[in-house]
Amino acid sequence: MVRYAKPQSLDEALALLSAGTWTILAGGTDFYPAQGNRPIRENILDINDLAQLRGIAITDTHFVIGAGTSWTEVARAELPPAFTALKQASAEVGSVQIQNTATLAGNLCNASPAADGVPALLILDAEVELRSIGQTRVVPLQDFVLGNRKTAREPNELVTAIRIPKASASGSSSFYKLGARRYLVISIAMTAVRIELDQGGSIADVAIAVGACSATAQRLRGLESTLRGLPAQDNFDDHVQPEHFDTLTPIDDVRGSADYRREAAREIVLRALKEAVALQLDPLSRLANGVAA
Amino acid sequence: MTFSPGSIAFNLNGAPVTADASPTQRLSSLLREELMVRGTKVGCDAGDCGACTVLLDGEPVCACLVPAIRVAGRDVQTVEGLANGALSALQAAFLDHGAAQCGICTPGFLVAATALLERNPKPSRAQVRDGLGGVLCRCTGYRKIEDAVMSVAHGLPASPTNIAPASGKAIGARVPRLDGMPKVDGRESFGADGFPADALAVAVIRSPYHHATFELGDVDGFRSANPGIVAIFTASDIPGRNLFGTIPQFVDQPALAQSETRFRGEAVAIIAGERAAIIDLDLSAFPVTWHEKPSALDPVQAEASGAPLVHADRKNNLLIAGFVEHGDADAAIAGSAHVATATIETSYVEHAYIEPEAGWAAMDGDTLVIHACTQAPFMDRDDLAPVLGLAPEKVRIVPTATGGGFGSKLDLSVQPLIGLVALKTGRAASLAYTRSESMMSTTKRHPAKMRASIGCDADGRVTGMVFDGAFNTGAYSSFGPTVANRVPVHASGPYLVPHYRATARAVHTNGPNSGAFRGFGVPQCTIIQEALYDDLADRIGIDRLDFRIRNALRDGDRTVTGQKLESGVGITACLEALTPHWVRANSDAIAFNATDGHLRRGVGIASCWYGCGNTSVANPSTIKIGISPDGRVMLHQGAVDIGQGSNTVIAQIAADSLGLPLDTIELVSADTSITPDAGKTSASRQTYITGKAAEKSARSLREQILRVANVSGDAILDIQGSQLVLREGSASRMLELSSLPADADGYVFGAQESYDPPTEPLDAKGQGKPYAVYGYGAQIAELEVDMKLGTIRLVKITAAHDVGRAINPLLVEGQIEGGIAQGIGLALMEEYIPGRTENLHDYLIPTIGDVPPIESILVEVADPEGPAGAKGLGEHVLIPTAPAILNAIRHATGIDIRKVPATPSRVLTAIKEART
Repeated sequence: MVRYAKPQSLDEALALLSAGTWTILAGGTDFYPAQGNRPIRENILDINDLAQLRGIAITDTHFVIGAGTSWTEVARAELPPAFTALKQASAEVGSVQIQNTATLAGNLCNASPAADGVPALLILDAEVELRSIGQTRVVPLQDFVLGNRKTAREPNELVTAIRIPKASASGSSSFYKLGARRYLVISIAMTAVRIELDQGGSIADVAIAVGACSATAQRLRGLESTLRGLPAQDNFDDHVQPEHFDTLTPIDDVRGSADYRREAAREIVLRALKEAVALQLDPLSRLANGVAA
Repeated sequence: MTFSPGSIAFNLNGAPVTADASPTQRLSSLLREELMVRGTKVGCDAGDCGACTVLLDGEPVCACLVPAIRVAGRDVQTVEGLANGALSALQAAFLDHGAAQCGICTPGFLVAATALLERNPKPSRAQVRDGLGGVLCRCTGYRKIEDAVMSVAHGLPASPTNIAPASGKAIGARVPRLDGMPKVDGRESFGADGFPADALAVAVIRSPYHHATFELGDVDGFRSANPGIVAIFTASDIPGRNLFGTIPQFVDQPALAQSETRFRGEAVAIIAGERAAIIDLDLSAFPVTWHEKPSALDPVQAEASGAPLVHADRKNNLLIAGFVEHGDADAAIAGSAHVATATIETSYVEHAYIEPEAGWAAMDGDTLVIHACTQAPFMDRDDLAPVLGLAPEKVRIVPTATGGGFGSKLDLSVQPLIGLVALKTGRAASLAYTRSESMMSTTKRHPAKMRASIGCDADGRVTGMVFDGAFNTGAYSSFGPTVANRVPVHASGPYLVPHYRATARAVHTNGPNSGAFRGFGVPQCTIIQEALYDDLADRIGIDRLDFRIRNALRDGDRTVTGQKLESGVGITACLEALTPHWVRANSDAIAFNATDGHLRRGVGIASCWYGCGNTSVANPSTIKIGISPDGRVMLHQGAVDIGQGSNTVIAQIAADSLGLPLDTIELVSADTSITPDAGKTSASRQTYITGKAAEKSARSLREQILRVANVSGDAILDIQGSQLVLREGSASRMLELSSLPADADGYVFGAQESYDPPTEPLDAKGQGKPYAVYGYGAQIAELEVDMKLGTIRLVKITAAHDVGRAINPLLVEGQIEGGIAQGIGLALMEEYIPGRTENLHDYLIPTIGDVPPIESILVEVADPEGPAGAKGLGEHVLIPTAPAILNAIRHATGIDIRKVPATPSRVLTAIKEART
């Protein structure tokens, strides 16, 4: 007999997870398309009644995005400019209908190489909070998403929150999604960039992530260290070199060739960098330009 | 808790409701199947199309992605809840602006727009697009949807429509569609909206391979192991000839394959059962053993010597070749001052109407009644009856509202399957294809591999052209022969080409069937012809528009089939109408490109011509009109309105020809038992051919009335209750209709007339008169190419179309904008790959953010044959868009796109190759 459970408390949910094999149902925007018209033959754990998973909290050290928080809730939340990339990503996830339903945590757990949320969270050094009975562990996002449709979540664990260290929530950020049409599109490539300038107008710190160009989105650490210390007014063209993208392993598919992805990744990183700098120098410029993608 | 249905209570459109549902049942299914509230449509079940958009506590969501249990205790609003006694402002605006064509996406748009305006009452255009970006429309091109929302938000005056034009003024009036009300209030009943509650559900077992043989296993065991299954049918259960196809000479497709499947998605068995049982059935457990066989998906592979034959009796996998030859093309090209040559390839294109095929069947005595979405009720009947071993008159086709067709709903889909179940079990049987079933198993636009050369003299006069194309026709014939015949007739474009040779081969592969798709191959061949015209103009150094005007067909010219066009040739008028726009656009591009940057602006132009009606074969339409004793004027209008507007346009023609106001006319819609055959909604034939039949029929009715009343042709008619009033000058007469004898149909006056276009056969060299009427057009595309990403941003499309006479300018604009949107898809993003893009997130069609502003210029060069001078336009409007876009990319970048769609990846690759 397949089971459906809608626990009313986190403890109840974790108890169920420890005692059986469950498919977790959150927003449902990946669950139903994957299901198609096949009958459901697995146990479903519906976490939508877990009120404590909803909303964004600010602790002494972290911004904590509950696992049940929707993209729309993120977009409407008051958050510092470092979150601009995440907000821009939220506006590019599917459509308004999807953003109202889908959760950020679900986007991570679905672990698509083209997950819109991953690059913007990687540049915030996001961590994933996982709970099982009697245990909580926190895993850096890059260690949580292991591959195409593969995560570090154990079957008895529930993702309960996405945590962003306050130390990483500084500076300004920008997101660029490259697709073959305007809305409802899966990325050919995407990037998120966060930048902090020092008093002298040089790059004090920078974080860059690229999605849809590898099995999982990647931080470009080599490029980040190349850019640190450069004046913000640089056009970066000479510094952002193709070899900085060698860690990416793009594939050829219907959306674009591997070569195209590699080349486009460099270009959109450059654009997002310049946009992030512009935002830092003049936060209002953003309003005139609209969303990057 | 388990999956057993429980009671879920919530507020639906302000009223409390309770439904029994499984907790994870999709909300869309709960609404439609448990509560029978079916204004919310299902287009994809994956959140890709937004047709099922509803408001959950005021926020738009896709009902297909919401578990039923989530709405417990909450507020759900659907399209049925938008009107409060009267239409909401948005609903009224959608109607007035022509924002609803077929209407299948309309509930989703209305609900999404309601939420948008609730949150942001004064949105910008960009904000409207952001708010509506999650709903796909395949008919309108979105412009009128955006306009309708903007007009409500900003209190703009309604567009100057004319709801009730006076007697004699219907033709030419901007009449909002007469069948529009149910499309905006949620009552329209599409293929899946009328399923009887007790109908058997039908599931289909399909081949997972491009080519395979198979054996069925213990089917009886599977049936008895699954309670609720009523019957399983396979090829051996087909009572008649197990073959169907749209063209009688080429009928070749089994309704259920016997032992071999020739394309992925081909049906081999159907399972009929109680709805709950079918929903819970694991189709992967069905007992069938597959043996995958070698397959060819590419016509080059299929034409190679020794390639396995898809059909044993079709040598070289050739279904048919079309051929047109006029003069000596080789000699002309050899003697030309300039010659341009190109090779271009196009992809499979999916129709992607938002309504997947759906319908239900039931027995009415010994007559099988099929209610399904369709473009061709009589053709369905005549194709279906032999499969089921029935006489055609024992099959009745009642078209439901059809949520887009564009050619693919000319072919049978669900009909043989539900028909077989109803016939065999005596119970009603229902089937709605899933999106992937629809994409896998129904027809596509032919992928074409084309090579062409065109020569011209030093003055820029075209001397000759040769064209050769292999058109991948897929596994079964469908409309492959039509494409093979249409292409050589049209590949010249609307230009004077004195020496010409064109061949188009329809080649079988193991791909999905290629069939009819808006333009029947002409959009593909126009891409290469118009690319070569740009190349020639550039070689000579003359303006690209001037080059086209110089070569345009004119009255008195002969086409490549040797047909002399006596009058009504409107291509020059279209090109001249575009001239000021061309000058402005080119000057804008020069100014834009004067500044450095990664964006380059380009401008492209392309023309079209298209013969209205079927190629050199009879395709009559018949229209019946009657006046009842109580004074109702009944128009039996059998031209299925799949959104294009025949219900309105044919009525406008009938009203003016009869001499009564449009609003006195009542429509009797297509039904093979009550409306005469108005032929297929295809080949841009309804306005012209059915319109002409309506004109003849209405005039005949008027003649009868005038004769009975003994008044002259100048008399003005009016109907007041059951009295027919006839005025001549100051005199007036009354006829009491209820006192007149009624005919067998119950009419006191009735007329039925037919019209068939006067065409002539094509000879062995394709010479003759294939069409009696042609329509013409040309479009300018302005765009920006991102030179570093290969992306394209369309800036504007300007479209001039010669429609002869715009019977309804509002609907003409809707056709133009919708055709352009499909042309944009063809040019930039649409590429169907069997087994890979069988959904609407991997197969991309344009969204509201991908269609730029469109300026339509209606050119009216009257045709002596068409009703009131009208020509067809449904397909014409799509043809120039892709070549104009590709020519604009070339203008911007200097690159030639050799394979469409011109995806960012392909464009950037071409830009890089051009640099090296």
